[in-house]
Formats: sequence, C-alpha cells, structure tokens
Amino acid sequence: MGDELKLYTVRGSPFVCRVEIALKLKRINYQIIQEDLKNKSSDLLNFNPVHKQVPVLLHNGKSISESLVIVEYIDDVWNAFPILPHHPYQKSVARFWAKFIDSTCIPALFKVFGTNGAEQAIAEACEKLQILENELNVKGNKFFGGDNINFIDIAANVIAYWLGMLEEGTEIRFFTKEKFPKLHEWADNFVKVETVKEVLPPRIIPPKAQLLAVFKQRFGNS
Amino acid sequence: MTKSDGFKLLGTAASPFVNRVQFVLNLKSIEYEYIVENLACKSELLLTSNPVYQKVPVLIHANKPPIPESLVIIEYLDEMYPDVHPILPSNPLDRAENRFWASYIDNKFFPLFEELRKTPDKEEKEAIKKQIIEGSQLLEEAFVKVSKGKDYFGGDDAGYLDVVLGCFLAWVKFVEKRNEFNIIDEVRTPKLKKWVNRIWSHEAFKDVFPGSETLMNLFMMLQTHKPPRKI
Repeated sequence: MGDELKLYTVRGSPFVCRVEIALKLKRINYQIIQEDLKNKSSDLLNFNPVHKQVPVLLHNGKSISESLVIVEYIDDVWNAFPILPHHPYQKSVARFWAKFIDSTCIPALFKVFGTNGAEQAIAEACEKLQILENELNVKGNKFFGGDNINFIDIAANVIAYWLGMLEEGTEIRFFTKEKFPKLHEWADNFVKVETVKEVLPPRIIPPKAQLLAVFKQRFGNS
Repeated sequence: MTKSDGFKLLGTAASPFVNRVQFVLNLKSIEYEYIVENLACKSELLLTSNPVYQKVPVLIHANKPPIPESLVIIEYLDEMYPDVHPILPSNPLDRAENRFWASYIDNKFFPLFEELRKTPDKEEKEAIKKQIIEGSQLLEEAFVKVSKGKDYFGGDDAGYLDVVLGCFLAWVKFVEKRNEFNIIDEVRTPKLKKWVNRIWSHEAFKDVFPGSETLMNLFMMLQTHKPPRKI
C-alpha cells in the first residue's frame, strides 16, 4: 500500500515545475497527467473547478490546487528535505518572500512583456528585482534558502529560468547581469541543482509575435 | 487568559487586513499595543518595518524583526501559540483547502471591489458586479464544504477563513449600499448570510469592525489618491 499521487500538468509551465521540484526533493513518486489547455479534461475541471488550471495534485483521490499551496501541502505531509524552515519566525520570512515573488514581482515581470516593453513597466519590474537583488546581497548565501534551495527559491523559479527565455523570445531585455549580478549568480546555481535539472522543461522559445500576443492578452494594461 | 509578550501592531481602523490580525490576536487572547498609522503620512516606524510594501498591518514581536502581510502574520501567530484557539486546522489537506480559498479571496474576489470603485463606465460596472455575485456563490459553496455543516468555516468556532473573509464584511456592506446591490443575500447565499450575522456579533470581531464613517474616510482617501479611471 502506498500513496497514489497524480500531477496534472502542461509542458513548460513554471507553476507545474514548482510542484515537481518539491516532489523530487522529497523523492516522492508521482504520475504525470498532461493536459491540453485548449481541451481540458473533465478530471481537471472537476478537481479545480474554481480556476480550471494546472498544476493540480491528486493525493489518494483528494485534489489540491495553486502551486505554492501544493508545495506547502507537500511539505506538511512529507518530512524529508524540509522546504520551509522549522521556526515560526523563519517560516514567516520565507512565506513573505515567496508571496512577494509570486504576487508582486512575477506580475510586474509579465507586465513588461504584456506592454511590449513599456518604459514604466520596465522601471517597476527592475524595482522589484532590485529588492530581491538586495536581499541576496545582504544575506550573502548561495540561495534564498541558504546552502540549499527552499520555498523562496522554488517560488522564484520563473526568474531563474523562464525570464531569460521570455527576454530572448520578445527581444525585450532588462534583467541584465550588470544590473543584477547576484540574481544572475543565484539563477545559474539554481538551474544546476540536481532535482531542479531533472524537472526543468527544455528551452523552447515560441515566436516573438505569439509570445507578445499571449502576454498582451493576459498581462497588458490593467 | 491574557498574554503580554510585547506585541505591537501597526494599523489603521479601516483596513480589513489589519482587522484580520486583530481578530486573531483577540481569538488567542493576546494583548498588544495598537499603533495607529496615518496612511497619507506614513511614519518612520512603518517605512522601516515594512520597506518592501510600506503597508499595514505590520506585527512587531519583542526583539524580532517586524512581520508584514496579514496572512503571513496569522500563520506566525498560529504557530507561536498553537494551543490557544488554533486558527488553521491540523490536517494538511484541510490546511491546503483553507489556504486555497484565502488565495482566491485575496487575489480574485476582493480585487473586484477595487475594480468596481475605479471603473467609471456604467456597463462595465454592471459586469464587475456580476463577477462579484458569482464570486459570492463560489464562497457559499466554499462555506458548505469547509464548515462541514457547522456554524463557521472553522467549525464550531471561528477559524482561518472566518478571519480571512470576515474582515471584509464591513466593506461588503459599504459597497452593497453604495452600488445598490446585494452581494450576500438570503436567497443566493443563505448559509453565508447566516454566517455574516454570527461574525458581526462574535466576541473577537464585534469591537474591531470599522464604522461607516471610518470606511467613508478611507473611501474618500482612495478616491483622491487612487482616483477612478477617466472614461
């Protein structure tokens, strides 16, 4: 008798990737069910009726949605390789940064592509990235989690891997090594972590027009 | 039973996010010093305690660095004082379900209220009102699922989602009145309607809810500093 785990995914999603990193870190076996977002399965609609999105984790028939909620769930259930710190104060720090990255930083980054590189959007995105750059500078560690990756690093996976691809695809560059040396160093280290390497999708960059259209629709001027 | 562990809370009366923290401090019978912030003229303490967002609430606990963000603060308090009125359930699946709905409320539901305020066009306003109503139906379903037939989201007494959603009730009433529509009503959301009445009279909540004058002041400040879009 073992746990039955299914993960509903789409290829290339950073949010799905977060969950896979967590599962791999704890050496948990799981089955991947790949979705076609243009033709969502009845299972996906049933398990995530509110957002109808991936990732969804199915654990012994019970569904959990929202990537960071799923990661916390995994950490709650399986004790090996803790993703969140043990002490309540350190935990609150990790949750604060993960939330900043997820709710403030990433939307600001996406808005750059959504507005086709508008100056204001780039300025705001750089402001958010600078906050993370300063945090890495002050702490002086390899990762946000210290010597090993933790909840914060997992939340920031978009910056480590997807941001560069989006810049290349859209030809809009602002996340430069000159401006953000610590973040670049962190990103290089992050993608080299064994468990992360196992789950990062291949580097596939969609055509510029397609990328800009998708981002305009979802993250254009609000 | 009261604790005096050197808690300070930076806040303003009309902020639902500050109210959340106050509800939890009350539920856990934790004493705290309340420091009122003037959001139009933020104090040095606020700017240094929350340099990233410069927002309330901020919890300052003894000699530790400050903690901003209402949901982060709530989980911190729950982990520091797990034996007094637990806020989140202990079962990981239930915890995930609670966190999921908190994310929905903060990222999808409540932003609609600000969107409603900022939208000048009448037709667009009606469309947003429709979305708010749809959201309230989802929350009715959430209540049924999470409460498992009991009086509160948290079961027999207030828990995480009672705090997370309950903090918005004064604003819900304000918006309903101002925009002439019902968000929570007996027909569409009967269980939530009953829950609303319970929360309004709950010991830990009733003295915290801001009055309509306080809300109007904050509303006018928002109209000035973050005015509605031009048509």
